[in-house]
Amino acid sequence: MLTKRIIPCLDVKDGRTVKGVNFVNLRDAGDAVELGAMYAAQGADELVYLDITATVDGRSTFIDLVRRVAHTINIPFTVGGGISSIADVSALLHAGADKVSINSAAVRNPDLINELSLEFGSQCIVVAIDTRFVPTENGHEHIVHTHGGRKPTEIRSIPWAKEVEDRGAGEILLTSMDTDGTKNGFALELTATISGNANIPVIASGGAGNMEHFYDVFTAGKADAGLAASIFHFREIDIPDLKEYLKNKDLPIRMTR
Amino acid sequence: MKTVIIKYNAGNVQSVMYALDRIGASYLYTDDEAEIRSADKVIFPGVGEASTTMSYLRSVGLDKVIPSLKQPVFGTCIGMQLMCRFSEENNTECMGIFDVDVKRFPATPGMKVPHMGWNNISNYKTPLTDGLPDNAYMYFVHSYAAPVCAYTVASCDYALPFSAMLHKDNFYAAQFHCEISGNAGQQILENFLKI
Repeated sequence: MLTKRIIPCLDVKDGRTVKGVNFVNLRDAGDAVELGAMYAAQGADELVYLDITATVDGRSTFIDLVRRVAHTINIPFTVGGGISSIADVSALLHAGADKVSINSAAVRNPDLINELSLEFGSQCIVVAIDTRFVPTENGHEHIVHTHGGRKPTEIRSIPWAKEVEDRGAGEILLTSMDTDGTKNGFALELTATISGNANIPVIASGGAGNMEHFYDVFTAGKADAGLAASIFHFREIDIPDLKEYLKNKDLPIRMTR
Repeated sequence: MKTVIIKYNAGNVQSVMYALDRIGASYLYTDDEAEIRSADKVIFPGVGEASTTMSYLRSVGLDKVIPSLKQPVFGTCIGMQLMCRFSEENNTECMGIFDVDVKRFPATPGMKVPHMGWNNISNYKTPLTDGLPDNAYMYFVHSYAAPVCAYTVASCDYALPFSAMLHKDNFYAAQFHCEISGNAGQQILENFLKI
């Protein structure tokens, strides 16, 4: 049976993880390769590396990191952050990334989704949607945001999710800026709407605070995968415990031990 | 031992090379017929679309080379599909090593296509799964699949049962990506190199 995926997300700046300081067993918790390898060994189903470096030097450091991650870990991983062209994607896939995630560039130029999926195949093109529930002329609506969730657009998130699928995205990484960082749980209703409409997998992100939140997002939220960062980095939830918990609640989960 | 990875216009080959590096196996990445024929083991990996990859293989003659190989050959993902007779993906005539047609997953409520993620394989009948636990999880990404047939040596379920692995004579194939399927996937690659 196809399993629900647990995905730790690592923010990387200048080749090092920004969060992730609470691992006593690691020689260097800032080493993005070592941290990823540890998550893989713990049973993470996939990894996401987000490059939050803005500089050109940082970009080449990131590609070098992608190469080292691909060489070291034996599970799939997605890379994102600042990707805006076919050349960017080609370099990252060639370095060994399994998928790339695009966000602002897709909003700026939606045709990029079509171009990338034709060039590289839908399976490796993830469109990240950062969304926030804000007042509009129609009351309140879910609106796509860019630039790390800071900049609002004119785009409604629910039809946008359908559009990115129609344009060839292979997967959606949906982050609710309303729940992100709150630890009060994922945005269940919005995730269920988008995932229920979609014929491609949806990764839910933003708001995970405890193990039950993952159960909720896989059931009421209809998500195919759940992503979180700091609760894993700070060991508030251990991945083996989380997978055991979900398995015991009869969800399809890949057990590795 | 000489292992060759067949070079053609498919993606994701880098991951296969890294996986072989991790198990300490050396390899040559080439489309040269003489090099391929002299190899002890041949790996035919890749991610891609059936008609584009198949017309490339035809243009360089690999569509004739691959079915005539005598040493163990291991095709994965699109490699496996191209070793079948025909693919519904843009109605493509393939190499016909396995006498079975690759079909698109039928539209089924609640079953998204592509089939993407970790799914378990079962009913093993191949040395490639030696040492694996029952129902080992493998990483799949595909929209087309070969139904269960006479050559099926491991199966998987998604909307319906399909062939996770095929075997006929010296030809082996897997629909999933062993190179990123954790320790279980690595075991399969090691087993292939030990045949």
